Amino acid sequence: MSSHQSDPRPLLLGGPALGLRLIVLVSMAAGLMVADHRQHRLAAIRDGIATLAYPIQWAVQAPVQAFGAVRESFATRTRVEAENVKLASDNLVLRLKLMRYESLEQENQRLRAVRESSPRVVQRSLVAEILRVDLDPFRQRVLVNKGTRAEVFRGQAVIDAAGIYGQVTRAGPFSAEIILITDPEHAIPVQVNRTGARSIALGTGRAGLLSLPYLPQNADVIVGDLLVSSGLGGVYPPGYPVARVTAVVRDPGQPLLAVEAEPLAGLDRDPEVLLVWFDNAIVEPEPPSETP
Amino acid sequence: MMHGTRIDFGWGRVVVLTVLALAATVLPLPEPLEPFRPNFVALTVLWFCLLSPRLLGLSYAWIAGLALDGFAGVLLGQHALTLTVIAYVACKLRLQIRAFPPLHQSAVILALLWLNEFLLFWIDGIAGHAITDWRRWIPVPLSAALWPLVTSLYAHFAPRR
Repeated sequence: MSSHQSDPRPLLLGGPALGLRLIVLVSMAAGLMVADHRQHRLAAIRDGIATLAYPIQWAVQAPVQAFGAVRESFATRTRVEAENVKLASDNLVLRLKLMRYESLEQENQRLRAVRESSPRVVQRSLVAEILRVDLDPFRQRVLVNKGTRAEVFRGQAVIDAAGIYGQVTRAGPFSAEIILITDPEHAIPVQVNRTGARSIALGTGRAGLLSLPYLPQNADVIVGDLLVSSGLGGVYPPGYPVARVTAVVRDPGQPLLAVEAEPLAGLDRDPEVLLVWFDNAIVEPEPPSETP
Repeated sequence: MMHGTRIDFGWGRVVVLTVLALAATVLPLPEPLEPFRPNFVALTVLWFCLLSPRLLGLSYAWIAGLALDGFAGVLLGQHALTLTVIAYVACKLRLQIRAFPPLHQSAVILALLWLNEFLLFWIDGIAGHAITDWRRWIPVPLSAALWPLVTSLYAHFAPRR
């Protein structure tokens, strides 16, 4: 390290300049955190970073996706044929179901008209592709390639072919972050399809596990029960499948049941999800208009 | 390994290394391997601090941290804060650390990364979404163990005098 002598600047870094810089930068970071956490005022900064990050995130996952595509194109003919046969039979079954569904839907609408309640069915949906990007291994969140440009909004429900997937937590111009129903910070109001009992399903942070800690000991829940969204809270459309109960632990010493359920949506394997728009019957109270 | 103090980095190299570190942070890994991802951005920041603190000191750490926050979708500013703090320590003790043998250097890096992770843990707790999973601490010793590899790898990026 003989080069230090030739350097005219002070050998030891530090002193007040470095300490001052530390204080300024740390307070700036702390200010940002408070602003982000308390007031959610940093949407513009977030959008900016998200827009800058998007090409990199896209580039990172592109090879993985390309590999998948190449493997797909080399898939054997027999597999494609088998898949085709399966799809054809699935299609037949689904069409039969659809016929019944249409008549049921009409009946349902008539009944709802009698009760004068709004049907709240999904009206519009948009397919979004999941970017194979790891955000945080301990939070169940994913990034999709549709954002506010495609009218995606915060709090929008996301479903897949099998059930409810999650909701949008942050929408940038080109991408949106989705919190899965298994994220430890997520809770979804559900209903036991068999009995109509309502409860809340919490995420656990583990893929494939929801917990329902708020059911009383005498609740009628058995393993295999289907849980559907109840639509309370207005984020999710009601009546969509959420999970199937996998374990019910009745501990007489505890006031509540310990119920575990497995989400039906393919949370860790879906390449695509559906962002949905539906008519929300719950109207948020309008902020009081300022009188001049 | 290190080339003295007056290293004239082109900004291009800095940006490339930073973007690579950020990309490695979000690179998809198979599910069981996810908790084992080394803390690439912190290692890069520490390396730059030890190598060229005048050009790439605290402000660089702050900006890299903010970019990481935006990338990972966590609370804005938390990595900016923690990386600035460890960059400060690294800048302060830079001459000592650089004189250490590699194993000793790794130990110091380990301490700094612990500090970084602990501050993050603390901030997560204050913000109300603490991650108590013990696996969150895995990257700390892992990244410190990778330090000799990182320095020899990054040495190719540092312009020779």
